[in-house]
Amino acid sequence: MTRAPDVGFAEVGAALGLVAVAVLVSLWQRMRLEGDIAVAVARSFVQLTAVGFVIQLVFEQDDLLLVIALVAGMAVFGAFTARRRAPTVPGAFAPLLVALLLAGTATLVLLVALGVFSAEPRYLVPLGGMVIGNSMTAAAVALSRLGDEVTGSWREIEATLALGATAGQAIRPIVRRSLRSGVTPLIDSTKTTGVIFFPGIMVGLLVAGAAPLDAVRLQLIILYMLLGSVSISSVTAVILAQRSFFTPAHQLREVAAPAAG
Amino acid sequence: MLFELERVRASRGGVGVLHDVSLALPEGSTCIAGRSGSGKSTLLRLLNRLAEPDSGRVAYRGRELGSLDVLALRREVALVPQLPALLPGTIADNVRFGPGLVGRDVEVTALLDLTGLATALADRDTDRLSTGEQQRVMLARALALEPRVLLLDEPTSALDERTRDHVEETLKELRRRLGISLVLVTHDFAQAERLADRVVRLEEGRAITAGLEPAPASASAPSAVR
Repeated sequence: MTRAPDVGFAEVGAALGLVAVAVLVSLWQRMRLEGDIAVAVARSFVQLTAVGFVIQLVFEQDDLLLVIALVAGMAVFGAFTARRRAPTVPGAFAPLLVALLLAGTATLVLLVALGVFSAEPRYLVPLGGMVIGNSMTAAAVALSRLGDEVTGSWREIEATLALGATAGQAIRPIVRRSLRSGVTPLIDSTKTTGVIFFPGIMVGLLVAGAAPLDAVRLQLIILYMLLGSVSISSVTAVILAQRSFFTPAHQLREVAAPAAG
Repeated sequence: MLFELERVRASRGGVGVLHDVSLALPEGSTCIAGRSGSGKSTLLRLLNRLAEPDSGRVAYRGRELGSLDVLALRREVALVPQLPALLPGTIADNVRFGPGLVGRDVEVTALLDLTGLATALADRDTDRLSTGEQQRVMLARALALEPRVLLLDEPTSALDERTRDHVEETLKELRRRLGISLVLVTHDFAQAERLADRVVRLEEGRAITAGLEPAPASASAPSAVR
């Protein structure tokens, strides 16, 4: 393996040239996204630099408890963020938090148990971040779809309940579609990986000087790991959240069924 | 008494819809008539516990609804909702759905015949049906549960006059042949008089008149609801 390239603040600053292109396009087409672009650039700089220091600290301490605390913190922040993407799901925070904690824990434990990675902070921290991030996106998409479909299909759901179906039976087709929508984007990107796009890990390793086949193997492990984790997070979030639409007497709560005469 | 409501209050979307409604609905055919927004659909949904009152008591055959098995209640007191409420799939899929939940099969063609649908339509997708046909499928689907009471929410509101007359005839025929009780919600007062033994008028969430005639004698089997 060759040495990783030196990247200083000067190089990061130079990359802002491409941000300038984005700002120019926004101005030229009157997209009014200049403010958002500036906020995104500033937040990414502050957040990534801060997390860089945190990760450095965790690496130096070499303490698994710190890793657990960091992953748990990411899960809380992830659940908070994802909740806003599913505004039609009442009380979405708790299902999302459980989903992210479960996906993160199960995936990392499995990777270590299968001997893919050793239980060291330098593996577990970045992998935990990837797992939580991807799990959050998938769970948010699945819950958003769940909320939208329950709101849009309340007549069909009530008709099914009126035929003696339980809440679980009445919502089952919607649960199925919601889960598919959560997991399908990753399946699609896994199918096209290497053909249409190079995934980030592989690009990072190649730029850092890794041998291409080493980069490919690690990327494959990551992709397979993520398929498992997004499935865990989606199914957990959806199964827990679906209960919030119903009362114990198998009634659709009003939050989903609009007022009627 | 089939249903008893005592000082029932109910709301939808935080707005009061029913205000201290007290009613006794005997066996037979009852129409709840009122303008849009008068609370009649909400009242109907209370009768098979698709909705819950804020306060007051609702009883079915002398027993409070809360003390009954809600799933068995909904099979015995079957609701035919307003359109559109068919499940994806064929007519036969829809008719079999309810009984299938309790592991029972049904004679689909007999039910289609009973509700005035051509038996050849059994395998037709529900998205290829006219509104009148959809209404009849919903009726057949509810009858597949072998209910003792049918709750009908504006069963002819989306139909033209001729189809409406057909559905009304079907309902009368069902009443005669199967002896099941009907509670029907409508905004059409003329229809209420055509179909019902008695009419309850709802205005702004209050029962204005309850023109209850003596209930016709009906030989009714013991309730399956526990």
